[in-house]
Amino acid sequence: MRYIPVTEKDRKEMLIRCKADNIEQLFSSIPDDVRLKRPLNLPDAKSEMELIKYMQTIAAKNSNTGNYACFLGAGAYDHYIPSVIGHLVSRQEFFTAYTPYQPEISQGTLTAIFEYQTMICELTGMDVSNASMYDGASALAEACVISSSASRKKSEIIIVEDMHPEYRETAETYLKFRGIKHASMTVEQLLSADLTNTAGVCIQYPSFYGDIYDMDRIGKYVKENGSLLIVCANPVALALLKSPKDFGADFVVGEGQPLGMPLGFGGPYLGFFACVKEHMRKMPGRIVGKTTDVDGKTAYVLTLQAREQHIRREKATSNICSNQALCALMATIYLSVTGKEGFKQVAKRCVDNAHYVYEGLLKTGKFEKVSDLPFFHEFTVKPKEDITALNAYLFKYGFIGGHKTEKGWLVAVTEKRTKEEMDEFIKRAGEFNG
Amino acid sequence: MKFTKNHEWIKKEGKYAYIGITDYAQQQLGDIVYVDLAEEDLVLQQGDVLCAVESVKTAAEVFMPVSGMVVEVNHDLEEAPEKINESPYEAYLAKITIDDESELDGLMTEDEYNEFLESEAE
Amino acid sequence: MAELIFNLSKEGKCAFSLPESQVPSYEFDNKYTRMEDAQLPEVSEVDVIRHFTNISRHNYGVDQGFYPLGSCTMKYNPKLNEDVAKLQGFTALHPYQPEYQVQGALKAAYDLQQYLCEITGMSGATLQPAAGAHGEMTGIMIIKAYHQGRKDYKRTKMIVPDSAHGTNPASAATAGYDIVQVKSDDKGLVDIEALSSIMDEETAGLMLTNPNTLGLFESNIKKIAKIVHDMGGLLYYDGANLNAIMGIARPFDMGFDVVHLNLHKTMSTPHGGGGPGSGPVCVRKDLIKYLPKPVISKNNDGYFLDYDRKESIGRVRAFYGNYLVYIRALTYILTMGPEGLKKASETAVLNANYIMAGVKDNFMIPYDRFCMHEFVLSGSNQKDNYGVSTLDMAKRLLDYGYHPPTIYFPMIVHEGMMIEPTETESKETLDEFIQVMNKIAKEAEEDADLLHNSPHTTYVRRLDEVAAARNPVLRWEKD
Repeated sequence: MRYIPVTEKDRKEMLIRCKADNIEQLFSSIPDDVRLKRPLNLPDAKSEMELIKYMQTIAAKNSNTGNYACFLGAGAYDHYIPSVIGHLVSRQEFFTAYTPYQPEISQGTLTAIFEYQTMICELTGMDVSNASMYDGASALAEACVISSSASRKKSEIIIVEDMHPEYRETAETYLKFRGIKHASMTVEQLLSADLTNTAGVCIQYPSFYGDIYDMDRIGKYVKENGSLLIVCANPVALALLKSPKDFGADFVVGEGQPLGMPLGFGGPYLGFFACVKEHMRKMPGRIVGKTTDVDGKTAYVLTLQAREQHIRREKATSNICSNQALCALMATIYLSVTGKEGFKQVAKRCVDNAHYVYEGLLKTGKFEKVSDLPFFHEFTVKPKEDITALNAYLFKYGFIGGHKTEKGWLVAVTEKRTKEEMDEFIKRAGEFNG
Repeated sequence: MKFTKNHEWIKKEGKYAYIGITDYAQQQLGDIVYVDLAEEDLVLQQGDVLCAVESVKTAAEVFMPVSGMVVEVNHDLEEAPEKINESPYEAYLAKITIDDESELDGLMTEDEYNEFLESEAE
Repeated sequence: MAELIFNLSKEGKCAFSLPESQVPSYEFDNKYTRMEDAQLPEVSEVDVIRHFTNISRHNYGVDQGFYPLGSCTMKYNPKLNEDVAKLQGFTALHPYQPEYQVQGALKAAYDLQQYLCEITGMSGATLQPAAGAHGEMTGIMIIKAYHQGRKDYKRTKMIVPDSAHGTNPASAATAGYDIVQVKSDDKGLVDIEALSSIMDEETAGLMLTNPNTLGLFESNIKKIAKIVHDMGGLLYYDGANLNAIMGIARPFDMGFDVVHLNLHKTMSTPHGGGGPGSGPVCVRKDLIKYLPKPVISKNNDGYFLDYDRKESIGRVRAFYGNYLVYIRALTYILTMGPEGLKKASETAVLNANYIMAGVKDNFMIPYDRFCMHEFVLSGSNQKDNYGVSTLDMAKRLLDYGYHPPTIYFPMIVHEGMMIEPTETESKETLDEFIQVMNKIAKEAEEDADLLHNSPHTTYVRRLDEVAAARNPVLRWEKD
């Protein structure tokens, strides 16, 4: 047994020291009627050689974006992951370390998270960020819960339509179980709604379908009516688009996967959560702060822990215990490698590519416009053909096509797509005849 | 000054009363880092949560010793929460009006509170 | 050495390049664009490598040494699992690819669900929750959905032992429950009489860890289950301590209805400095309909995602869970096999008892009988006689190169220190640790100040946590 270093001889000596006759005696507190009397019905242990082959076979049964050009987004994006990330993150000091509750031996993790928090603040325009949450959807849900209890007078949440359906569902699940009222409405409806009982309004930026709404107008209306504004943003879009700070956001949350994490069939991802100063002490999850040690040396430490579950228990702002530390580290390294100029370039390339594909698709005559609003790197068009069949056709030519949605075909184009891929994609999509 | 089992003190001054936490409480909490002050104009019953006091490793709720309305909170504590550690009987948390003065009768005197502390220690 | 990556930043440095663009440039109208750039660093690749390599050296990982953290199960993270999790056939899959393109991925997840059910005795599972606390929240929501499904709306309370981990009451609160605490008796177990008196028809259920947070098996578990079930409540299992009983006992057989597991504890996936973990939830057969959607399922045509679940609690996050984390857990289970998992639990329990036997002459052991995979000692001797706290002793362990055990938890033990060695430590490691613990006990007696001022040899020492909380500085600012 590779991972169990205690030998048979060791066992005998240890049992003597424990004053037990056999291992069985150590388990004597487990009553007989609860004991499992048969071996677990699991496959027999595989050796490393056999197991890696087995897992490779399973992996090979999947068609992956390494071999197919991906035009699918909808909350998870195929961006280029710089090689340094994997090497740095695999260092055992980062990888196999525990939560930094003992700051004296965790300055590596704590320093990196402090840098992460800084970068998220820069991207979102917010004053403070936490050390990350599970994913964009749960970050949004937590922001809704916190907004609801932020004021004594108002408690309802409005989720503006065109939010990612799974994000909406997650928020609704969290709110429903806490007995918090929520409603859904379009932007038009919001701009004439009575917000007397509304504690918070959340909106996706750009929307699930790719639209960039008139955020100034929306932010103004929400703030004038004394409600909190929660913006769920794509982090790459934040490199170029107007900062949520400038249209009055109180909370900015979103999915950090585009910042150096693989698609990974949906996880692990990274929920970023940032807010203005006033709400700092309501932020869920871990937060790293700067301090000094007894010798005056700068050091970083988990702080404001009195909000958290291990102290407040049922009065905690959230039940969250962990953060996605390693993923936050990936994002920190990604944003360091791309940097101020490089990150803008990635964003710009996504924008240029997406608009190129958009124009190309419209020109084929087989796709209709769905919106006049501007978009970032993702857009929705209405194909003449059935979307599932269209995607199956494109798959034959080496493409993973856009997402099927209520409004149409949601296509994302990142900096990874070459002109050859894009031209071929447009051609094949245009020629498909059901 | 009267005391509660939850280590709050209340001091009547004219038609108002000041509420804080005792020396024992501040010692138990350790260095206080933040006070989540009550909202002014809040009307509360005896036993309701008035506000919360946080140290690095713990957070404690402060309960209303009597029913009343919050007229003022001690904004000094926003910048300097450590005042509670330094002078717990001066660094009040809230100034209230009292609904029913008879509720004060049910609270402990200083001697009774000290006896209470001794018995708790056993 | 520069402190932060921002300190290395200099205009003109760069670590990244894109190929030339071959498409026209699209310009947004000014009203949509940022007015100021995000102040991200401008550094070279060498800067990035050096900076993160150097800060990593101020960390401490399980690959370096012993990590006897009670309730965290810091077992070895197998490297084979890493190789599997890096396979492009897993990493490069988009979650929205059609099912026919990802049959391998779905099979792996489905198999894991089956294995976790077998280990826990349950009938259905979800891999969606991203962490233990997330799994707890999911499980409690399922319990609530169960009661509401029976039109039983009067159950507003959830019972939690006084020794419970903080996430338990916090998670129950996320589902809108009020918390009622049940006390432990002087044997460290749930007080049966106290439980009987508080369990009623307004209580949705009881959350328990078994073995409990003191490392003791709740021998009365069947009686506990009966008390809760007789009043119509459900029993929730916090799987944090599953490492003690794999192949030996199963939560379902004990009477539990809903279970969560911590793959980053029991199933060897790495802690990553605080995540990502994975907290699957397994349930009794009649609760399967409440699982979050989609449920990864199988029929004659293959594997598919079942979204047609009208009674599902909804979703607790987007997509299907921390896939690349749980693929590691799958690899671990296939590496260990049924005998390996049982041996792991037996050895975990043996190792914990061995340390306890080794230190009991110098430390007060509040529950002086065989423990399970972890035990709690009390530093009260040292505190009462020499004024040395458990915190002091924990910090002193840093000087000896150990990550300290869990301290001051559970709160019902005065000056508590919880030690969980796990099965992946050798007898030699345990002997050294015992020696050091006994040495520290001696130091407490002879030189209390040495301990009050510990640690002495770490990179930073005794951080000012009060200042950090009073005047929080949570980001770097340009001067």
